[in-house]
Amino acid sequence: MRVPGVIYGSEALVRDMDEKVREQVTHVAMLPGIQRASYAMPDAHWGYGFPIGGVAAFDPREGGVVSAGGVGFDISCGVRTLHTGLTAADVEPLKARLAQELSRSVPAGVGSHGRIHLDEREIHAMLEGGAQWAVARGYGVEADLDRIEERGRAAGAVPSAVSPRARHRQQDEMGTLGSGNHYLELQRVSEIYDDAVARAFGLSVDDVVVSIHCGSRGLGHQIGTEFLRDMAAAAPRFGVVLPDRELACAPVESEIGQRYLGAMRAGINCALANRQIITHLVRKAFATVVPRAALALLYDVSHNTCKVETHGIDGALKEVFVHRKGATRSLGPGHADLPAAFRDVGQPVLIGGTMGTASYVLVGTRESERLSFSSSCHGAGRAMSRSQALRTWQGRQVVDELAARGIIVRSPSSRGVAEEAPGAYKDVSAVVDAADAAGLSRKVARLVPLVCVKG
Amino acid sequence: MAHWEHFGHDADIGVVGVGATKAEAFRQAALALTAVMTDPAGVRRLETVPIVCRAATDDLLLLEWLNTLIYEMAVRSVVFGDFEVDIAEGELRAAAHGEPVDVERHEPAVEVKGATFTALEVRQRPDGWRAQCVVDV
Repeated sequence: MRVPGVIYGSEALVRDMDEKVREQVTHVAMLPGIQRASYAMPDAHWGYGFPIGGVAAFDPREGGVVSAGGVGFDISCGVRTLHTGLTAADVEPLKARLAQELSRSVPAGVGSHGRIHLDEREIHAMLEGGAQWAVARGYGVEADLDRIEERGRAAGAVPSAVSPRARHRQQDEMGTLGSGNHYLELQRVSEIYDDAVARAFGLSVDDVVVSIHCGSRGLGHQIGTEFLRDMAAAAPRFGVVLPDRELACAPVESEIGQRYLGAMRAGINCALANRQIITHLVRKAFATVVPRAALALLYDVSHNTCKVETHGIDGALKEVFVHRKGATRSLGPGHADLPAAFRDVGQPVLIGGTMGTASYVLVGTRESERLSFSSSCHGAGRAMSRSQALRTWQGRQVVDELAARGIIVRSPSSRGVAEEAPGAYKDVSAVVDAADAAGLSRKVARLVPLVCVKG
Repeated sequence: MAHWEHFGHDADIGVVGVGATKAEAFRQAALALTAVMTDPAGVRRLETVPIVCRAATDDLLLLEWLNTLIYEMAVRSVVFGDFEVDIAEGELRAAAHGEPVDVERHEPAVEVKGATFTALEVRQRPDGWRAQCVVDV
Protein backbone atom coordinates (compact mmCIF):
# COMPACT_ATOMS: atom_id res chain seq x y z
CA MET A 1 0.00 0.00 0.00
CA ARG A 2 1.30 3.42 -0.98
CA VAL A 3 -1.14 5.22 1.32
CA PRO A 4 -3.29 4.12 4.26
CA GLY A 5 -6.81 2.80 3.84
CA VAL A 6 -9.48 4.75 5.74
CA ILE A 7 -12.94 3.32 6.30
CA TYR A 8 -15.61 5.57 7.79
CA GLY A 9 -18.52 4.09 9.70
CA SER A 10 -20.06 3.29 13.04
CA GLU A 11 -18.77 0.15 14.74
CA ALA A 12 -21.88 -1.74 13.65
CA LEU A 13 -21.57 -0.66 10.02
CA VAL A 14 -17.86 -1.45 9.83
CA ARG A 15 -18.35 -4.86 11.45
CA ASP A 16 -21.10 -5.55 8.98
CA MET A 17 -19.03 -4.65 5.92
CA ASP A 18 -18.06 -7.60 3.76
CA GLU A 19 -14.38 -8.59 3.81
CA LYS A 20 -14.02 -7.54 0.18
CA VAL A 21 -14.33 -3.89 1.25
CA ARG A 22 -11.07 -4.12 3.18
CA GLU A 23 -9.45 -6.04 0.34
CA GLN A 24 -10.56 -3.55 -2.32
CA VAL A 25 -9.63 -0.48 -0.24
CA THR A 26 -6.18 -2.08 0.11
CA HIS A 27 -5.85 -2.80 -3.60
CA VAL A 28 -6.81 0.76 -4.52
CA ALA A 29 -4.17 1.99 -2.07
CA MET A 30 -1.57 0.16 -4.16
CA LEU A 31 -2.27 2.08 -7.36
CA PRO A 32 0.30 4.54 -8.72
CA GLY A 33 -0.04 8.21 -7.85
CA ILE A 34 -2.70 7.75 -5.16
CA GLN A 35 -2.86 10.68 -2.74
CA ARG A 36 -3.35 10.79 1.00
CA ALA A 37 -5.51 7.68 1.50
CA SER A 38 -7.81 5.11 -0.09
CA TYR A 39 -11.22 5.92 1.41
CA ALA A 40 -14.41 3.98 1.97
CA MET A 41 -17.67 5.66 2.96
CA PRO A 42 -20.04 4.32 5.66
CA ASP A 43 -22.13 2.52 3.02
CA ALA A 44 -19.16 0.73 1.45
CA HIS A 45 -19.64 -2.71 -0.05
CA TRP A 46 -18.11 -5.07 -2.58
CA GLY A 47 -17.69 -3.39 -5.97
CA TYR A 48 -15.64 -3.83 -9.15
CA GLY A 49 -12.02 -3.23 -8.21
CA PHE A 50 -13.02 -0.16 -6.21
CA PRO A 51 -15.47 -0.78 -3.41
CA ILE A 52 -18.85 0.85 -3.93
CA GLY A 53 -18.53 3.82 -1.59
CA GLY A 54 -14.87 4.16 -2.57
CA VAL A 55 -13.03 7.46 -2.96
CA ALA A 56 -9.50 7.82 -4.30
CA ALA A 57 -7.55 10.71 -5.80
CA PHE A 58 -4.56 10.42 -8.12
CA ASP A 59 -1.87 12.90 -9.18
CA PRO A 60 -0.85 12.48 -12.83
CA ARG A 61 2.54 14.04 -12.05
CA GLU A 62 3.23 11.02 -9.87
CA GLY A 63 2.10 8.55 -12.51
CA GLY A 64 -1.46 8.72 -11.21
CA VAL A 65 -4.10 6.59 -12.89
CA VAL A 66 -7.68 6.85 -13.98
CA SER A 67 -9.82 3.75 -13.50
CA ALA A 68 -12.98 2.73 -15.31
CA GLY A 69 -13.75 0.48 -12.33
CA GLY A 70 -13.42 3.51 -10.08
CA VAL A 71 -16.34 5.14 -11.87
CA GLY A 72 -18.45 2.11 -12.70
CA PHE A 73 -20.98 0.96 -15.27
CA ASP A 74 -23.44 3.73 -14.57
CA ILE A 75 -21.35 6.83 -15.18
CA SER A 76 -22.67 9.83 -13.27
CA CYS A 77 -25.56 7.96 -11.73
CA GLY A 78 -26.99 10.45 -9.29
CA VAL A 79 -29.94 12.04 -7.59
CA ARG A 80 -31.83 15.18 -8.48
CA THR A 81 -34.42 16.69 -6.16
CA LEU A 82 -37.05 19.24 -7.18
CA HIS A 83 -39.31 21.37 -5.03
CA THR A 84 -43.00 21.33 -5.95
CA GLY A 85 -44.33 24.27 -3.94
CA LEU A 86 -46.96 21.85 -2.59
CA THR A 87 -47.56 20.33 0.83
CA ALA A 88 -48.46 16.77 1.73
CA ALA A 89 -52.05 17.91 2.32
CA ASP A 90 -52.19 19.39 -1.20
CA VAL A 91 -50.86 16.20 -2.75
CA GLU A 92 -52.77 13.54 -0.80
CA PRO A 93 -56.04 13.75 -2.79
CA LEU A 94 -54.04 13.85 -6.05
CA LYS A 95 -51.53 11.12 -5.26
CA ALA A 96 -53.09 8.42 -7.40
CA ARG A 97 -53.44 10.73 -10.39
CA LEU A 98 -49.86 11.94 -9.99
CA ALA A 99 -48.63 8.35 -9.77
CA GLN A 100 -50.52 7.54 -12.95
CA GLU A 101 -49.32 10.62 -14.81
CA LEU A 102 -45.68 10.27 -13.71
CA SER A 103 -45.44 6.60 -14.65
CA ARG A 104 -47.09 7.39 -17.99
CA SER A 105 -44.76 10.32 -18.69
CA VAL A 106 -41.38 8.87 -17.78
CA PRO A 107 -40.49 5.63 -19.57
CA ALA A 108 -39.02 3.13 -17.12
CA GLY A 109 -37.78 -0.44 -17.26
CA VAL A 110 -36.60 -2.86 -19.91
CA GLY A 111 -38.71 -2.58 -23.03
CA SER A 112 -39.59 1.06 -22.42
CA HIS A 113 -38.60 3.57 -25.05
CA GLY A 114 -37.62 7.18 -24.82
CA ARG A 115 -39.64 9.55 -26.95
CA ILE A 116 -36.69 11.72 -27.88
CA HIS A 117 -34.52 10.45 -30.70
CA LEU A 118 -31.31 12.25 -31.51
CA ASP A 119 -29.52 12.19 -34.83
CA GLU A 120 -25.74 11.96 -35.02
CA ARG A 121 -25.23 15.71 -34.78
CA GLU A 122 -27.52 16.08 -31.80
CA ILE A 123 -25.92 13.13 -29.99
CA HIS A 124 -22.59 14.90 -30.42
CA ALA A 125 -24.06 18.14 -29.07
CA MET A 126 -25.67 16.34 -26.14
CA LEU A 127 -22.44 14.54 -25.20
CA GLU A 128 -20.59 17.84 -25.34
CA GLY A 129 -23.21 20.00 -23.65
CA GLY A 130 -24.98 17.88 -21.03
CA ALA A 131 -27.80 19.66 -19.21
CA GLN A 132 -26.80 22.92 -20.89
CA TRP A 133 -27.56 21.27 -24.23
CA ALA A 134 -30.90 20.05 -22.86
CA VAL A 135 -31.94 23.48 -21.60
CA ALA A 136 -30.95 25.05 -24.95
CA ARG A 137 -33.27 22.50 -26.60
CA GLY A 138 -36.17 23.49 -24.39
CA TYR A 139 -35.91 20.86 -21.65
CA GLY A 140 -36.00 23.04 -18.57
CA VAL A 141 -34.84 26.55 -17.85
CA GLU A 142 -31.54 28.38 -17.48
CA ALA A 143 -32.08 28.67 -13.71
CA ASP A 144 -31.88 24.87 -13.45
CA LEU A 145 -28.21 24.99 -14.42
CA ASP A 146 -27.28 26.93 -11.27
CA ARG A 147 -28.43 23.95 -9.25
CA ILE A 148 -26.40 21.24 -10.97
CA GLU A 149 -22.76 20.37 -10.25
CA GLU A 150 -20.49 22.08 -12.78
CA ARG A 151 -23.58 23.92 -14.04
CA GLY A 152 -24.75 20.80 -15.81
CA ARG A 153 -21.82 20.29 -18.15
CA ALA A 154 -18.60 18.31 -17.69
CA ALA A 155 -15.79 20.12 -19.46
CA GLY A 156 -13.37 18.09 -21.54
CA ALA A 157 -15.93 15.67 -22.98
CA VAL A 158 -14.74 14.06 -26.21
CA PRO A 159 -17.81 12.74 -28.04
CA SER A 160 -15.64 11.00 -30.64
CA ALA A 161 -14.20 8.84 -27.83
CA VAL A 162 -17.66 7.36 -27.35
CA SER A 163 -17.98 4.29 -29.55
CA PRO A 164 -20.69 3.84 -32.19
CA ARG A 165 -22.02 0.96 -30.08
CA ALA A 166 -22.44 3.22 -27.07
CA ARG A 167 -24.25 5.85 -29.12
CA HIS A 168 -26.45 3.21 -30.72
CA ARG A 169 -27.31 1.80 -27.30
CA GLN A 170 -28.50 5.25 -26.22
CA GLN A 171 -30.75 5.83 -29.21
CA ASP A 172 -34.02 4.82 -27.55
CA GLU A 173 -33.01 5.78 -24.05
CA MET A 174 -32.96 9.57 -23.79
CA GLY A 175 -35.37 10.61 -21.07
CA THR A 176 -35.77 7.13 -19.59
CA LEU A 177 -35.41 6.07 -15.97
CA GLY A 178 -33.79 2.66 -16.24
CA SER A 179 -34.51 -0.09 -13.76
CA GLY A 180 -33.15 -1.83 -10.67
CA ASN A 181 -32.46 0.66 -7.92
CA HIS A 182 -33.38 3.66 -10.09
CA TYR A 183 -36.54 5.52 -9.16
CA LEU A 184 -38.71 8.59 -9.52
CA GLU A 185 -40.29 9.46 -6.19
CA LEU A 186 -42.69 11.94 -4.75
CA GLN A 187 -41.53 12.53 -1.20
CA ARG A 188 -42.67 14.41 1.89
CA VAL A 189 -40.27 16.23 4.18
CA SER A 190 -40.96 14.45 7.46
CA GLU A 191 -38.28 15.94 9.68
CA ILE A 192 -35.86 18.83 9.72
CA TYR A 193 -32.57 18.45 11.60
CA ASP A 194 -30.98 21.81 10.84
CA ASP A 195 -33.38 24.76 10.60
CA ALA A 196 -30.91 27.26 9.19
CA VAL A 197 -29.65 25.02 6.39
CA ALA A 198 -33.15 23.77 5.64
CA ARG A 199 -34.21 27.40 5.20
CA ALA A 200 -31.30 27.99 2.82
CA PHE A 201 -32.35 24.89 0.89
CA GLY A 202 -35.99 25.99 0.90
CA LEU A 203 -37.23 22.94 2.79
CA SER A 204 -39.92 22.83 5.48
CA VAL A 205 -41.73 19.95 7.16
CA ASP A 206 -44.59 18.65 5.00
CA ASP A 207 -43.15 20.07 1.79
CA VAL A 208 -43.48 17.71 -1.13
CA VAL A 209 -40.44 17.19 -3.35
CA VAL A 210 -39.69 15.01 -6.36
CA SER A 211 -36.49 12.97 -6.52
CA ILE A 212 -35.03 11.28 -9.59
CA HIS A 213 -32.35 8.60 -9.29
CA CYS A 214 -30.77 7.45 -12.54
CA GLY A 215 -27.62 7.77 -14.63
CA SER A 216 -26.17 7.67 -18.11
CA ARG A 217 -28.27 4.74 -19.33
CA GLY A 218 -27.07 2.48 -22.11
CA LEU A 219 -24.38 4.87 -23.30
CA GLY A 220 -22.71 4.95 -19.90
CA HIS A 221 -23.02 1.18 -19.47
CA GLN A 222 -21.42 0.57 -22.85
CA ILE A 223 -18.55 2.98 -22.13
CA GLY A 224 -17.96 1.20 -18.81
CA THR A 225 -18.05 -2.23 -20.47
CA GLU A 226 -15.63 -1.30 -23.24
CA PHE A 227 -13.07 0.56 -21.18
CA LEU A 228 -13.03 -1.98 -18.35
CA ARG A 229 -12.11 -4.56 -20.95
CA ASP A 230 -9.61 -2.33 -22.78
CA MET A 231 -7.91 -1.01 -19.66
CA ALA A 232 -7.51 -4.53 -18.27
CA ALA A 233 -5.86 -5.56 -21.53
CA ALA A 234 -3.63 -2.48 -21.60
CA ALA A 235 -2.45 -2.60 -17.98
CA PRO A 236 0.65 -4.78 -18.60
CA ARG A 237 1.82 -2.21 -21.18
CA PHE A 238 2.13 0.38 -18.42
CA GLY A 239 3.80 -1.90 -15.97
CA VAL A 240 0.74 -1.63 -13.76
CA VAL A 241 0.41 -4.87 -11.88
CA LEU A 242 -3.27 -5.15 -11.15
CA PRO A 243 -3.88 -6.95 -7.87
CA ASP A 244 -7.33 -7.52 -9.30
CA ARG A 245 -8.34 -7.40 -12.99
CA GLU A 246 -11.38 -5.31 -12.16
CA LEU A 247 -9.13 -2.54 -10.95
CA ALA A 248 -8.53 -1.89 -14.64
CA CYS A 249 -6.84 1.46 -14.91
CA ALA A 250 -4.35 3.42 -17.00
CA PRO A 251 -2.07 6.38 -16.36
CA VAL A 252 -3.98 9.64 -16.74
CA GLU A 253 -1.31 10.77 -19.20
CA SER A 254 -1.65 7.68 -21.42
CA GLU A 255 -3.62 7.60 -24.66
CA ILE A 256 -6.19 5.19 -23.27
CA GLY A 257 -6.40 7.17 -20.04
CA GLN A 258 -7.12 10.36 -21.94
CA ARG A 259 -9.58 8.60 -24.21
CA TYR A 260 -11.43 7.20 -21.20
CA LEU A 261 -11.59 10.63 -19.57
CA GLY A 262 -13.03 12.09 -22.78
CA ALA A 263 -15.62 9.32 -23.02
CA MET A 264 -16.43 9.34 -19.30
CA ARG A 265 -17.05 13.09 -19.36
CA ALA A 266 -19.34 12.58 -22.32
CA GLY A 267 -21.07 9.95 -20.21
CA ILE A 268 -21.47 12.46 -17.39
CA ASN A 269 -23.07 14.86 -19.85
CA CYS A 270 -25.41 12.13 -21.04
CA ALA A 271 -26.55 11.49 -17.45
CA LEU A 272 -27.02 15.20 -16.76
CA ALA A 273 -28.94 15.65 -20.02
CA ASN A 274 -31.05 12.62 -19.15
CA ARG A 275 -32.02 13.90 -15.71
CA GLN A 276 -32.75 17.29 -17.29
CA ILE A 277 -35.09 15.73 -19.85
CA ILE A 278 -36.80 13.68 -17.14
CA THR A 279 -37.24 16.91 -15.15
CA HIS A 280 -39.03 18.39 -18.14
CA LEU A 281 -41.27 15.33 -18.40
CA VAL A 282 -42.03 15.48 -14.67
CA ARG A 283 -42.94 19.17 -14.92
CA LYS A 284 -45.31 18.39 -17.79
CA ALA A 285 -46.89 15.58 -15.80
CA PHE A 286 -47.43 17.89 -12.84
CA ALA A 287 -48.87 20.58 -15.08
CA THR A 288 -51.69 18.28 -16.14
CA VAL A 289 -52.61 17.36 -12.56
CA VAL A 290 -51.61 20.38 -10.45
CA PRO A 291 -51.14 23.38 -12.74
CA ARG A 292 -50.12 25.65 -9.85
CA ALA A 293 -47.13 23.46 -8.92
CA ALA A 294 -43.76 25.11 -9.50
CA LEU A 295 -41.00 22.55 -9.78
CA ALA A 296 -37.79 24.43 -9.08
CA LEU A 297 -34.60 22.41 -8.85
CA LEU A 298 -33.07 22.06 -5.40
CA TYR A 299 -29.90 20.27 -6.54
CA ASP A 300 -28.50 17.52 -8.75
CA VAL A 301 -25.59 15.37 -7.49
CA SER A 302 -23.70 12.56 -9.15
CA HIS A 303 -22.14 9.64 -7.30
CA ASN A 304 -20.15 7.72 -9.95
CA THR A 305 -17.57 10.06 -11.44
CA CYS A 306 -13.92 10.99 -11.80
CA LYS A 307 -13.40 14.75 -11.54
CA VAL A 308 -10.33 16.97 -11.66
CA GLU A 309 -10.26 18.98 -8.45
CA THR A 310 -7.81 21.06 -6.46
CA HIS A 311 -7.12 19.80 -2.95
CA GLY A 312 -4.62 20.58 -0.23
CA ILE A 313 -2.19 17.67 0.05
CA ASP A 314 0.95 17.74 2.20
CA GLY A 315 0.78 21.50 2.54
CA ALA A 316 0.46 22.17 -1.20
CA LEU A 317 -2.47 22.65 -3.54
CA LYS A 318 -2.57 19.84 -6.07
CA GLU A 319 -4.78 19.17 -9.05
CA VAL A 320 -5.88 15.57 -8.69
CA PHE A 321 -8.27 13.12 -10.33
CA VAL A 322 -10.84 12.24 -7.70
CA HIS A 323 -12.75 8.99 -8.24
CA ARG A 324 -16.05 8.68 -6.39
CA LYS A 325 -17.62 5.29 -6.93
CA GLY A 326 -20.96 5.27 -5.14
CA ALA A 327 -19.90 8.35 -3.23
CA THR A 328 -21.27 11.90 -3.41
CA ARG A 329 -19.29 15.10 -3.42
CA SER A 330 -19.88 17.10 -0.26
CA LEU A 331 -18.61 20.66 -0.66
CA GLY A 332 -18.77 22.73 2.50
CA PRO A 333 -19.61 26.40 3.08
CA GLY A 334 -17.42 28.93 1.32
CA HIS A 335 -16.38 26.68 -1.53
CA ALA A 336 -15.95 28.57 -4.79
CA ASP A 337 -17.76 25.91 -6.83
CA LEU A 338 -21.02 26.30 -4.93
CA PRO A 339 -23.99 28.12 -6.41
CA ALA A 340 -24.55 31.51 -4.74
CA ALA A 341 -27.64 30.23 -2.93
CA PHE A 342 -25.57 27.66 -1.02
CA ARG A 343 -22.27 29.43 -0.55
CA ASP A 344 -22.94 30.20 3.09
CA VAL A 345 -24.10 26.74 4.08
CA GLY A 346 -22.60 24.13 1.75
CA GLN A 347 -24.10 21.97 -0.98
CA PRO A 348 -27.10 19.66 -0.64
CA VAL A 349 -26.00 16.03 -0.52
CA LEU A 350 -28.92 13.89 -1.66
CA ILE A 351 -29.00 10.36 -0.29
CA GLY A 352 -31.47 7.87 -1.71
CA GLY A 353 -33.25 5.38 0.51
CA THR A 354 -35.73 2.65 -0.42
CA MET A 355 -39.36 2.99 -1.45
CA GLY A 356 -40.41 1.93 2.01
CA THR A 357 -38.03 3.80 4.24
CA ALA A 358 -36.62 7.26 3.83
CA SER A 359 -34.22 9.36 1.84
CA TYR A 360 -32.15 12.16 3.26
CA VAL A 361 -30.92 15.61 2.41
CA LEU A 362 -27.56 16.32 3.98
CA VAL A 363 -25.23 19.31 3.64
CA GLY A 364 -21.56 19.32 2.72
CA THR A 365 -18.97 20.25 5.32
CA ARG A 366 -15.64 22.07 5.29
CA GLU A 367 -13.99 19.25 7.20
CA SER A 368 -14.92 16.69 4.54
CA GLU A 369 -12.15 18.19 2.44
CA ARG A 370 -9.41 16.86 4.69
CA LEU A 371 -11.41 13.78 5.70
CA SER A 372 -12.35 12.41 2.30
CA PHE A 373 -11.56 14.86 -0.52
CA SER A 374 -14.99 16.40 0.11
CA SER A 375 -16.92 13.16 -0.22
CA SER A 376 -19.78 11.46 1.54
CA CYS A 377 -21.97 8.38 1.16
CA HIS A 378 -24.64 7.83 -1.49
CA GLY A 379 -27.20 5.41 -0.08
CA ALA A 380 -27.37 2.08 1.71
CA GLY A 381 -26.32 -1.05 -0.10
CA ARG A 382 -28.30 -4.25 -0.36
CA ALA A 383 -28.75 -6.47 2.66
CA MET A 384 -29.56 -9.51 0.54
CA SER A 385 -29.16 -10.71 -3.03
CA ARG A 386 -31.87 -10.35 -5.66
CA SER A 387 -32.51 -14.09 -5.65
CA GLN A 388 -32.96 -14.11 -1.91
CA ALA A 389 -35.30 -11.11 -2.07
CA LEU A 390 -37.34 -12.96 -4.68
CA ARG A 391 -37.60 -15.97 -2.36
CA THR A 392 -38.64 -13.75 0.54
CA TRP A 393 -41.22 -11.46 -1.02
CA GLN A 394 -43.86 -11.32 -3.73
CA GLY A 395 -44.08 -8.12 -5.75
CA ARG A 396 -47.83 -7.86 -5.22
CA GLN A 397 -47.40 -8.25 -1.47
CA VAL A 398 -44.78 -5.48 -1.35
CA VAL A 399 -46.99 -3.13 -3.37
CA ASP A 400 -50.01 -3.84 -1.15
CA GLU A 401 -48.06 -3.38 2.07
CA LEU A 402 -46.69 -0.06 0.92
CA ALA A 403 -50.13 1.03 -0.30
CA ALA A 404 -51.49 0.32 3.16
CA ARG A 405 -48.90 2.77 4.46
CA GLY A 406 -49.96 5.38 1.94
CA ILE A 407 -47.15 4.77 -0.55
CA ILE A 408 -48.16 4.18 -4.16
CA VAL A 409 -45.70 2.06 -6.15
CA ARG A 410 -45.88 1.91 -9.92
CA SER A 411 -43.73 -0.67 -11.69
CA PRO A 412 -44.08 -2.75 -14.84
CA SER A 413 -42.53 -5.76 -13.14
CA SER A 414 -43.80 -7.59 -10.10
CA ARG A 415 -40.55 -9.50 -9.86
CA GLY A 416 -38.61 -6.25 -10.10
CA VAL A 417 -40.56 -4.87 -7.14
CA ALA A 418 -39.81 -7.96 -5.07
CA GLU A 419 -36.11 -7.67 -5.83
CA GLU A 420 -36.27 -4.00 -4.79
CA ALA A 421 -38.28 -4.65 -1.62
CA PRO A 422 -37.35 -2.24 1.19
CA GLY A 423 -36.27 -5.14 3.40
CA ALA A 424 -33.67 -6.15 0.82
CA TYR A 425 -31.68 -3.03 1.62
CA LYS A 426 -29.60 -2.02 4.59
CA ASP A 427 -30.64 0.76 6.90
CA VAL A 428 -29.81 4.05 5.21
CA SER A 429 -30.47 5.94 8.46
CA ALA A 430 -27.49 4.23 10.05
CA VAL A 431 -25.33 5.20 7.07
CA VAL A 432 -26.46 8.82 7.18
CA ASP A 433 -25.94 9.02 10.95
CA ALA A 434 -22.43 7.69 10.51
CA ALA A 435 -21.65 10.18 7.74
CA ASP A 436 -22.90 12.95 10.02
CA ALA A 437 -20.93 11.72 13.02
CA ALA A 438 -17.77 11.46 10.92
CA GLY A 439 -18.20 15.01 9.66
CA LEU A 440 -18.47 14.00 6.00
CA SER A 441 -21.85 15.70 5.67
CA ARG A 442 -24.55 16.76 8.15
CA LYS A 443 -28.21 15.82 8.31
CA VAL A 444 -30.66 18.48 7.17
CA ALA A 445 -33.94 16.74 6.34
CA ARG A 446 -35.61 13.37 6.14
CA LEU A 447 -37.87 12.55 3.21
CA VAL A 448 -40.47 9.79 3.16
CA PRO A 449 -41.92 8.35 -0.05
CA LEU A 450 -45.48 9.04 -1.19
CA VAL A 451 -45.27 7.76 -4.75
CA CYS A 452 -42.54 5.60 -6.23
CA VAL A 453 -42.14 4.91 -9.93
CA LYS A 454 -39.77 2.05 -10.69
CA GLY A 455 -38.53 0.45 -13.88
CA MET B 1 -26.59 -32.28 -16.80
CA ALA B 2 -26.47 -29.08 -18.79
CA HIS B 3 -28.03 -26.30 -16.76
CA TRP B 4 -27.76 -22.70 -15.67
CA GLU B 5 -27.61 -21.11 -12.21
CA HIS B 6 -27.59 -17.74 -10.53
CA PHE B 7 -25.55 -16.78 -7.52
CA GLY B 8 -25.86 -13.73 -5.33
CA HIS B 9 -23.35 -10.92 -5.37
CA ASP B 10 -24.40 -8.00 -3.27
CA ALA B 11 -26.13 -5.51 -5.53
CA ASP B 12 -25.63 -7.57 -8.66
CA ILE B 13 -26.01 -11.15 -9.82
CA GLY B 14 -23.81 -14.03 -10.92
CA VAL B 15 -24.64 -16.11 -13.99
CA VAL B 16 -23.36 -19.66 -14.43
CA GLY B 17 -23.60 -22.04 -17.35
CA VAL B 18 -22.73 -25.71 -17.02
CA GLY B 19 -22.41 -28.16 -19.90
CA ALA B 20 -20.60 -31.18 -21.30
CA THR B 21 -18.82 -28.90 -23.75
CA LYS B 22 -17.50 -25.35 -23.55
CA ALA B 23 -20.05 -24.24 -26.12
CA GLU B 24 -22.89 -25.76 -24.11
CA ALA B 25 -21.66 -24.02 -20.95
CA PHE B 26 -21.62 -20.71 -22.86
CA ARG B 27 -25.13 -21.42 -24.13
CA GLN B 28 -26.33 -22.08 -20.61
CA ALA B 29 -24.63 -18.92 -19.34
CA ALA B 30 -26.60 -16.97 -21.95
CA LEU B 31 -29.82 -18.53 -20.66
CA ALA B 32 -28.79 -17.52 -17.17
CA LEU B 33 -28.28 -13.99 -18.48
CA THR B 34 -31.80 -13.89 -19.91
CA ALA B 35 -33.15 -15.35 -16.70
CA VAL B 36 -31.91 -12.27 -14.83
CA MET B 37 -34.60 -10.39 -16.73
CA THR B 38 -37.24 -12.98 -17.51
CA ASP B 39 -37.90 -16.72 -17.74
CA PRO B 40 -36.23 -17.92 -20.95
CA ALA B 41 -39.04 -20.45 -21.39
CA GLY B 42 -41.45 -17.56 -21.88
CA VAL B 43 -39.52 -16.16 -24.82
CA ARG B 44 -40.75 -17.13 -28.27
CA ARG B 45 -38.46 -17.80 -31.25
CA LEU B 46 -39.64 -15.08 -33.59
CA GLU B 47 -36.36 -13.65 -34.75
CA THR B 48 -32.74 -14.76 -34.96
CA VAL B 49 -29.62 -12.66 -34.61
CA PRO B 50 -26.28 -14.09 -35.75
CA ILE B 51 -23.42 -13.39 -33.33
CA VAL B 52 -19.70 -13.69 -33.92
CA CYS B 53 -17.11 -12.78 -31.33
CA ARG B 54 -13.48 -13.44 -30.63
CA ALA B 55 -11.13 -13.16 -27.68
CA ALA B 56 -7.67 -14.29 -26.70
CA THR B 57 -8.77 -16.48 -23.80
CA ASP B 58 -11.87 -18.46 -22.82
CA ASP B 59 -12.82 -16.14 -19.98
CA LEU B 60 -12.49 -13.02 -22.13
CA LEU B 61 -14.56 -14.83 -24.76
CA LEU B 62 -17.32 -15.38 -22.18
CA LEU B 63 -17.27 -11.65 -21.42
CA GLU B 64 -17.44 -10.80 -25.12
CA TRP B 65 -20.31 -13.25 -25.63
CA LEU B 66 -22.40 -11.98 -22.76
CA ASN B 67 -21.65 -8.31 -23.45
CA THR B 68 -22.57 -8.79 -27.11
CA LEU B 69 -25.89 -10.34 -26.09
CA ILE B 70 -26.51 -7.48 -23.63
CA TYR B 71 -25.79 -4.97 -26.39
CA GLU B 72 -27.95 -6.72 -29.01
CA MET B 73 -30.90 -7.09 -26.64
CA ALA B 74 -30.64 -3.44 -25.68
CA VAL B 75 -30.41 -1.95 -29.16
CA ARG B 76 -33.03 -4.26 -30.71
CA SER B 77 -35.30 -4.14 -27.64
CA VAL B 78 -35.57 -7.92 -27.79
CA VAL B 79 -35.02 -10.69 -25.32
CA PHE B 80 -33.28 -13.90 -26.35
CA GLY B 81 -34.66 -17.22 -25.11
CA ASP B 82 -32.53 -19.80 -26.89
CA PHE B 83 -29.21 -20.12 -28.61
CA GLU B 84 -27.05 -22.34 -30.77
CA VAL B 85 -23.39 -21.86 -29.95
CA ASP B 86 -20.22 -23.06 -31.57
CA ILE B 87 -16.70 -22.29 -30.35
CA ALA B 88 -13.51 -23.02 -32.27
CA GLU B 89 -10.04 -21.55 -31.86
CA GLY B 90 -11.04 -18.51 -29.86
CA GLU B 91 -13.99 -17.66 -32.09
CA LEU B 92 -17.58 -18.03 -31.02
CA ARG B 93 -20.36 -18.26 -33.61
CA ALA B 94 -23.91 -18.31 -32.45
CA ALA B 95 -27.53 -17.84 -33.38
CA ALA B 96 -29.57 -16.02 -30.74
CA HIS B 97 -33.32 -16.57 -30.96
CA GLY B 98 -35.92 -14.35 -29.36
CA GLU B 99 -38.67 -11.80 -29.71
CA PRO B 100 -39.36 -8.13 -29.02
CA VAL B 101 -39.67 -7.37 -25.31
CA ASP B 102 -43.30 -7.58 -24.27
CA VAL B 103 -43.47 -5.79 -20.93
CA GLU B 104 -46.76 -7.38 -19.93
CA ARG B 105 -45.82 -10.92 -20.82
CA HIS B 106 -42.12 -10.94 -19.93
CA GLU B 107 -42.32 -8.54 -16.95
CA PRO B 108 -38.58 -7.90 -17.20
CA ALA B 109 -37.24 -7.59 -13.67
CA VAL B 110 -34.16 -5.49 -14.32
CA GLU B 111 -31.85 -4.33 -17.08
CA VAL B 112 -28.37 -5.85 -17.28
CA LYS B 113 -25.76 -3.11 -17.69
CA GLY B 114 -22.75 -5.27 -18.48
CA ALA B 115 -20.82 -8.46 -17.71
CA THR B 116 -17.88 -7.98 -15.36
CA PHE B 117 -14.55 -9.52 -14.41
CA THR B 118 -15.95 -10.42 -10.99
CA ALA B 119 -15.92 -14.19 -10.41
CA LEU B 120 -15.12 -14.54 -14.13
CA GLU B 121 -14.11 -18.10 -14.87
CA VAL B 122 -14.34 -20.67 -17.63
CA ARG B 123 -13.13 -24.04 -16.45
CA GLN B 124 -13.31 -27.66 -17.44
CA ARG B 125 -13.98 -29.92 -14.46
CA PRO B 126 -14.48 -33.69 -14.31
CA ASP B 127 -18.23 -33.17 -14.42
CA GLY B 128 -18.17 -30.75 -17.34
CA TRP B 129 -17.46 -27.17 -18.33
CA ARG B 130 -18.47 -24.26 -16.14
CA ALA B 131 -18.67 -20.67 -17.39
CA GLN B 132 -19.53 -17.89 -14.97
CA CYS B 133 -19.25 -14.23 -14.11
CA VAL B 134 -21.11 -11.48 -12.28
CA VAL B 135 -23.28 -9.12 -14.31
CA ASP B 136 -24.00 -5.57 -13.22
CA VAL B 137 -27.70 -4.73 -12.94
